[in-house]
Amino acid sequence: METTQMNQSQEQYFQGKIDEEIRIEPRDWMPEKYRQTLVRQISQHAHSEIVGMLPEGNWITRAPSLRRKATLIAKVQDEAGHGLYLYSAAETLGTSRAEMIDQLHSGKAKYSSIFNYPTLSWADIGAIGWLVDGAAIMNQVPLTRTSYGPYARAMVRVCKEESFHQRQGFEILLTLSRGTEAQRAMCQDAINRWWWPSVMMFGPSDDASPHTAQSMKWKIKRFTNDELRQKFVDVCAEQVKMLGMSLPDDNLKWNEEKGHYDFGTIDWQEFWNVVSGNGPCNRERLAARIKAHEEGAWVRDAAMAYAEKQRMKTERSVA
Amino acid sequence: MKYYIKNQLYGDFGDREGVKSSGTGMGGGFEDLTRDWPLWEVFIRSKQGLDHKHVGSLHAADAQMAIENARDVYTRRQEGVSIWVVESKYIHASNPDDAESLYDPANDKVYRHPTFYDLPDELKHM
Ligand SMILES: [Fe+2]
Ligand SMILES: [Fe+2]
Ligand SMILES: [Fe+2]
Repeated sequence: METTQMNQSQEQYFQGKIDEEIRIEPRDWMPEKYRQTLVRQISQHAHSEIVGMLPEGNWITRAPSLRRKATLIAKVQDEAGHGLYLYSAAETLGTSRAEMIDQLHSGKAKYSSIFNYPTLSWADIGAIGWLVDGAAIMNQVPLTRTSYGPYARAMVRVCKEESFHQRQGFEILLTLSRGTEAQRAMCQDAINRWWWPSVMMFGPSDDASPHTAQSMKWKIKRFTNDELRQKFVDVCAEQVKMLGMSLPDDNLKWNEEKGHYDFGTIDWQEFWNVVSGNGPCNRERLAARIKAHEEGAWVRDAAMAYAEKQRMKTERSVA
Repeated sequence: MKYYIKNQLYGDFGDREGVKSSGTGMGGGFEDLTRDWPLWEVFIRSKQGLDHKHVGSLHAADAQMAIENARDVYTRRQEGVSIWVVESKYIHASNPDDAESLYDPANDKVYRHPTFYDLPDELKHM
């Protein structure tokens, strides 16, 4: 049988499984494009978790109390864990960890642009937990039902842990919002700076994301970027009231007819600018990652050499 | 009809350990043997009385480090009371393409299930 014909029937069988909600597992046949899309998406997601530790790690030593310090450490440690769950899911698709790390460091692989913004005050840690983790959760919950088994299972674990992240963030803002005038101002300022980048976290609008249709057909994605973004805006527009703060958008208005909030236009030029490497912290973030990786090289080598030596020793004593 | 997968994915190594996979598709390497620590599969017993269950994988230089890393990565919230790790290259797996020949014969043996036997409703405790 011709290869193309063979691939066609394979592909039909594959799509049939997807349509029936049967999960795809690592050793099942899958279209090369499906594999590539997943490797790109999962590794990008993993990189985001890892780079995402940098802006928050920045405040661990300066957290205002021991309680805040302990929770922030726990949160940042969770993010490292999320990165590892995801890297290991991507590795089941036949890519290697070293290859993914290389692609991050060379700039070939992207990570979420949100982490290219600076954390200027303690309130930023609150705003990140509420908005950034909030947007991430919005994105991640549907991914627990994504069609690729290992990715879906990793996301289940991630989602279980994320809700603490968002709650601790909101609690930080709530505390500030009930504080002094200066603390309230700090809270509002952080919300002002993090709001739009968070709204952009859902990616380009549907008419500008050509791969969405295919990803939806393969059930890698369950909702479009704009659908998720709308959900996020609707939820936050209500939650911000509890803080007695406002979102920096004059066009934010409840639309009775649609049953959703209307909101202002996104500055896509800023979005693409940051994606292409020119955000406030792109260079700093990558430099920090590369430095950590390079300075850790001797530790990795030493551990391997030690393990190798131990193995030889046991082999010799057995022989 | 049979189709064969060329990529070496986890659980696909069998007795070929130590052989670096030839690059197919996405660079194809299941493990970049020269640069990554070996890959380990992690199994966790969530509480006494239950089986160990596969939870994912991680890289580590040796078994002890794999267990320590597994504790940090997979049990930060008391998810387990016992951890098993095994180097991924030692996992032997069935081929999904063989699923039919492996599991189909069980299909026509419905008499292996208790519901196959038609008994009066009055019969208790059975
Ligand atoms: Fe995150
Ligand atoms: Fe996370
Ligand atoms: Fe998080």
